[in-house]
Amino acid sequence: MFNQSKIVGLPVSRIDGPLKVTGQAKYAAEHFEPGMLFGSIALATIASGRITAIDTKAAERFPGVVKVYTHENRPKLAYRDKKWKDEVAVPGHPFRPLENDRVLFDGQPVAFVVAETPEAARDAAALIRADYATDEPHTDIIAEQHNSYEPPVARMKQFLPPPPRGDAEAAFASAPHKISADYVIEGEHHNPMELFAATVLFEKDGELTIHDKTQGSQNSRDHVCGVFGLDPEKVLVKNSFVGGAFGQGLRPKHHLVLAVMASLDLSRSMKVEMTRREMFYLTWRPSSVQTVSLAADAQGHLLSVMHHAVHATSRYEDYQENVANWTGLAYKCENAKLSYELAKLDMATPGDMRAPGAATGVTALETAMDELAYEVGVDPVDLRVRNFIHRDQNQDKAITSKALHACYREGATRFGWSKRSPAPRSMRDGHDLVGWGMAGGIWEATMAPAEATAQLFADGKVIIAAAASDIGTGTYTILGQLAAEEFDVPIEQVTVNIGESALPKTGVQGGSWTAASTGSAVQKAAKTVIKTLLGHAREMEDSPLAKASEDQVVIAEGRLVLEANHQTGIAIADIMHAAGLSSIEEHAKVAPDMMSMMTFAAYSHSAVFVEVKVDEDLGIVRVTRVVSAIAAGRILNPKTARSQIFGGVVMGLGMALHEEGMIDHRTGRIMNHNLAEYHVPAHADIRDIEVIFVDEDDDKASPIGVKGLGEIGIVGVAAAVSNAIFHATGKRIRTFPITVDKILESETVQ
Amino acid sequence: MDTALAHSAFPTSPLSLTINGKAHSFDIHPWTTLLDLLRSDDLQLTGTKKGCDHGQCGACTVLIEGERINSCLKLAVTLDGREITTIEGLGAPGNMHPIQTAFVEHDAFQCGYCTPGQICSAVGLVNEGHAHSREEIRELMSGNLCRCGAYTNIADAIEDVLGKQGTHPYREAAE
Repeated sequence: MFNQSKIVGLPVSRIDGPLKVTGQAKYAAEHFEPGMLFGSIALATIASGRITAIDTKAAERFPGVVKVYTHENRPKLAYRDKKWKDEVAVPGHPFRPLENDRVLFDGQPVAFVVAETPEAARDAAALIRADYATDEPHTDIIAEQHNSYEPPVARMKQFLPPPPRGDAEAAFASAPHKISADYVIEGEHHNPMELFAATVLFEKDGELTIHDKTQGSQNSRDHVCGVFGLDPEKVLVKNSFVGGAFGQGLRPKHHLVLAVMASLDLSRSMKVEMTRREMFYLTWRPSSVQTVSLAADAQGHLLSVMHHAVHATSRYEDYQENVANWTGLAYKCENAKLSYELAKLDMATPGDMRAPGAATGVTALETAMDELAYEVGVDPVDLRVRNFIHRDQNQDKAITSKALHACYREGATRFGWSKRSPAPRSMRDGHDLVGWGMAGGIWEATMAPAEATAQLFADGKVIIAAAASDIGTGTYTILGQLAAEEFDVPIEQVTVNIGESALPKTGVQGGSWTAASTGSAVQKAAKTVIKTLLGHAREMEDSPLAKASEDQVVIAEGRLVLEANHQTGIAIADIMHAAGLSSIEEHAKVAPDMMSMMTFAAYSHSAVFVEVKVDEDLGIVRVTRVVSAIAAGRILNPKTARSQIFGGVVMGLGMALHEEGMIDHRTGRIMNHNLAEYHVPAHADIRDIEVIFVDEDDDKASPIGVKGLGEIGIVGVAAAVSNAIFHATGKRIRTFPITVDKILESETVQ
Repeated sequence: MDTALAHSAFPTSPLSLTINGKAHSFDIHPWTTLLDLLRSDDLQLTGTKKGCDHGQCGACTVLIEGERINSCLKLAVTLDGREITTIEGLGAPGNMHPIQTAFVEHDAFQCGYCTPGQICSAVGLVNEGHAHSREEIRELMSGNLCRCGAYTNIADAIEDVLGKQGTHPYREAAE
């Protein structure tokens, strides 16, 4: 099916690694121009209301300040919502900075100060005084879930629940074993280490070169062109290096609009870098409340699954993600009822954060499955095995591949699951209660339309190009590997050009689809180059390849040869010389196979096993071991792939134990808007994590057999931790993060 | 007193620093942090990262005479005459410091933004000589956050370098 791997599939070190470890990789705020200006944003100090007066005099007088913008003097920008909607916008009215006197969320920009130095901009912004007419804020999902509603306009139709199948309520009522519970997950903030920033270089003739922190340079470019009515030919956006994003960089942020606005208004180059605090007023993982009800027969076969999910959105947009549907497709069950609603809060619009929807919905489902395992009295792994299905019952489609049994088997073996004593509080290590828990994970394996070019030079050098981003995922490296393999050259000979809006079109980097999409485009472009090369070779005098067809030839050691007999062939340099060429460049485009999508659904799967040790008196939880077994199709680079899973697991541990945006609901303001009080996992929190990639062949999920790895690593992790805590302590905690206070306050149930 | 007036009236101070082995002289305002000075148009040593500006994330870690510090918490004027080493001073792409090499080999980073701080911190940790186990590496590296979750590989990289240093107590402790 695939070429014998020569470099694809090997643990190649990142080709951009030396630049990153020596400080030479330049991120969005790290570009300079003499005389450039700096912007700083003044923030609203209420969550809901109106600005009644804004005093900018002190800021304007401040030495070095060039101009202060508020809603009262902001240059006119696009009027229609359509112009503000980016490639991954959600239904509603996109946020427009400094549009009017309305305050929609805590930390909303109320003024933008432009100055000769960053310090002057920052200090002057602190002198802005706004008076407000404050409305009562509503920021508590627990209270607002009662005002929930079904999204009137779907972001994507597959996020909406399918119609009920069977009769889930009747089956639940008559089942011998059942559980039903509410699960609350507090809002989370992405907090990539790099601050959102844009450097806008104002070129002659008003052309702009923008270094933006974004997961899609073309999305940022198109957004800027929509808002400012600019010609896309005259705006170049680069994101060569992106210091993490996790979904927060999918939609363009207001720093970009403000930076471009001032640059155009003042005909100067501009730099805007957010503060860490401002990172909390952007997109976030919405707080959610879910009810999951499961029923089973005496052997644990599911008779009924029901899942109702409500999560937060803003006043101005209906952010949506797929939360509840996983419950209808993860396991075999003839009776399913799924529902999904939103609740408006006075907060910024939430956005996709690593495994959006699944991280939330599967956490509830997989905790519920553990509860059901105890209710029925079967092992949690066995319960899942008994309910295995190789079909998506929501869509009534076959699954392209599902090596989940191998995940259970290999993960359990590596973890030592068979030595688990099932009763809660039955395992100890000195003063610590020991708990072993597990959960399953699932994420959709998608590909998006993508384009790429490949250029092969007579001397064997290769250049590949696509607009795609590398947000830490390893995109540079895997694209280089794919090209190196097709052209049979060392990866050092391949130049990978990505992270620039003028390059061949790709989607934003999200949804775990970049490897499948851009990777397939690169491979196709390379194959097209070989086809063109063959065309020239066949025209040569006495060509040994005169009768060869494209599926019979490959490149090996600098020659175009018959795959069956490498002796027969011609040196690439000779073919190009004969054709009068110094290089061959081809463009390719790939898109999902619509026919296949009508019949098949594609998902990546996982099983994650967790050991916790809980201090019996203090309730302190330490995650001492994690084994994550992943079925995600073909692994292009086990080294970068493993890192992707580490990242998901670590963020999942944060979700389980640490991360929550704390809001003072009386004021609607976020209280812990810094990295000392919003806890993300640190070195000492993370012990040994083991990653297993099980074998999985898939020729339908994408042309190169890849399913994607960016999300699957986090899915199920928080549930596995919560299940392990239950096993350790006998306390079933259904509100995340599971902090010490919740452990100490909750009762032991078994 | 008018704050703006105070700002403009405030004198600059002369400052001499040795940065990555090279002598520099500045006239700077007292509020300029070492981090902002390094990342300024003048020096453009942007390998040192700004992640929080509050000493909470460690991305701005540099070495002052071999000791690791958060450069966002140091006012530059307080460092007259000191020797600063940034990530750029440790090594360059064809000539990397052993810790930099180990980070690449072990894939001890993903997005790369916390990485210079992690590496400077790791060099400081080795200099301190207090880390004798994997647990101690983790504890003593906890001032450097990595949101990509590369901790396991960072520990591997540092352990690898400590283990290769024959004279270092790490090896004795491990054996």
